[in-house]
Amino acid sequence: MTVVRARDVRVRYGETPALAGVDLDLEPGLVHGLIGMNGSGKSTLFKALMGLVTLDAGTIELFGGPPDAARAAQRLAYAPQTEAVDWAFPVSVGDVVTMGRYGRMGWRRRASAADRAAVAAALDRVELTALADRQIGALSGGQRKRAFVARGLAQGADLLLLDEPFAGVDQRSEATITALLRELAAEGRTILVSTHDLAAVPALCDTVALINRRIVAHGPPDATLAPDRLAEAFVPA
Amino acid sequence: MTGILHWFTDPLQFEFMRRALLVAFMVGLVCAVLSCWLTLMGWSLMGDAVSHAVLPGVALSYMIGLPFAVGAFVFGAGAVGLIGAINRTSRIKEDAAIGVVFTALFALGLVLVSVVPSQTDLFHILFGNVLGVSDADIRQVLILGALVLAVIAVSWRTLVLYAFDPTHAHAIAISPRKLEALLLGLLALTVIVALQAVGIVLVVAMLITPGATAYLLTDRFDRMLLIAAGVGVLSTLLGTFVSYHLDASTGGSIVCVLALAFTLAYLARWRRAR
Repeated sequence: MTVVRARDVRVRYGETPALAGVDLDLEPGLVHGLIGMNGSGKSTLFKALMGLVTLDAGTIELFGGPPDAARAAQRLAYAPQTEAVDWAFPVSVGDVVTMGRYGRMGWRRRASAADRAAVAAALDRVELTALADRQIGALSGGQRKRAFVARGLAQGADLLLLDEPFAGVDQRSEATITALLRELAAEGRTILVSTHDLAAVPALCDTVALINRRIVAHGPPDATLAPDRLAEAFVPA
Repeated sequence: MTGILHWFTDPLQFEFMRRALLVAFMVGLVCAVLSCWLTLMGWSLMGDAVSHAVLPGVALSYMIGLPFAVGAFVFGAGAVGLIGAINRTSRIKEDAAIGVVFTALFALGLVLVSVVPSQTDLFHILFGNVLGVSDADIRQVLILGALVLAVIAVSWRTLVLYAFDPTHAHAIAISPRKLEALLLGLLALTVIVALQAVGIVLVVAMLITPGATAYLLTDRFDRMLLIAAGVGVLSTLLGTFVSYHLDASTGGSIVCVLALAFTLAYLARWRRAR
């Protein structure tokens, strides 16, 4: 079943069109890259998939149904880009990962044994168990990204949206994150990664979508990242 | 030693001091707890705005004969709604919308208080009157304070989620807009509670300084809550005693003690960082 199905999605901010008819299908169990310039509509498309902006036209289905049903079923996880997080906030790594379970808890958000087990497993999976008590900002760039991936794993999400996961991350951490995301996809999760980092794409992604207010190309990395396709995506529309 | 003891026990023989300390305790606790969120979310200007915007509500309540909390809540919540509406429907940024709305409502309040003769003593509203609280005032402080504390006791983890990552809250189907409304409602109630002790002008100090002080001292939210509560309660109590002995403004004394606590925390942090 197609996990993400976007048809003719249009979003405008005032007079400025941010998305001008996006069509995109994402198949399960794969890592998909979303590549575009600043202002190409990358973040707007993420927001549209999250249900954070109103569509002017078009439809988005997640897992064959409406996006809010996917959110209510805890199937959609989001890892924000670095600038969107207050790294001085007084929460520990374990606290952040535990927040992945909040949608499954009662109003008081008291963790059950199952919640604690899911958090421990997620921390273990991203190799942050030893750092669980650290304040979130005391982690390195790559560890921070893994902490937010762990939050999505604890949540039990099977669609992960990652916004610029390689920004501010060194080469070794990039390789670690790439290996982790490949494993998660191999287990059947669907991963959508937005990135500027073209060099990271072939090792990470099964498909690449080039966005410039609409999807100008979508396919395997080697064919899609051909120079003429890139030229089309990287020219202001 | 007994001198210090008497400094604390002598005022207690007076009924008005016992009542003042009870109010000061509740105000210090409630404000300190909420201040943890306001500090982390950068809502200090919003706290200042809500506290000033309640003035016309207070004046109107006295005119109609309602408990002043009713009018204050209507105008506090109304100010928040108005600020949000201006921000959403025009190009005016939030801080400018806050500046326009709260000064306008505060000015309206000043006009109402000066035009309509009432028992409303403007000076008490502006600067607090904890040494002269009535039975009705005490009841109001205790009931509203307990209500705010009860709501936070149940929902503090959810409110931390909202403060840290509202986008994640949305992704897991926990409405950030409802949580924002809840927090703003708690803010309006807390302002009403705090008015009794320190008055409109200094409420924002009670709503920020305890949380800011605690934030300097810890990296964990649960400890931040406890430290802020301790700082808030001790400062309001100590400030009330100081104002008794110096025959000085109570609100002023409380906020001076709070500022001293913040300064000590800042210096401790600074020494540790070096």
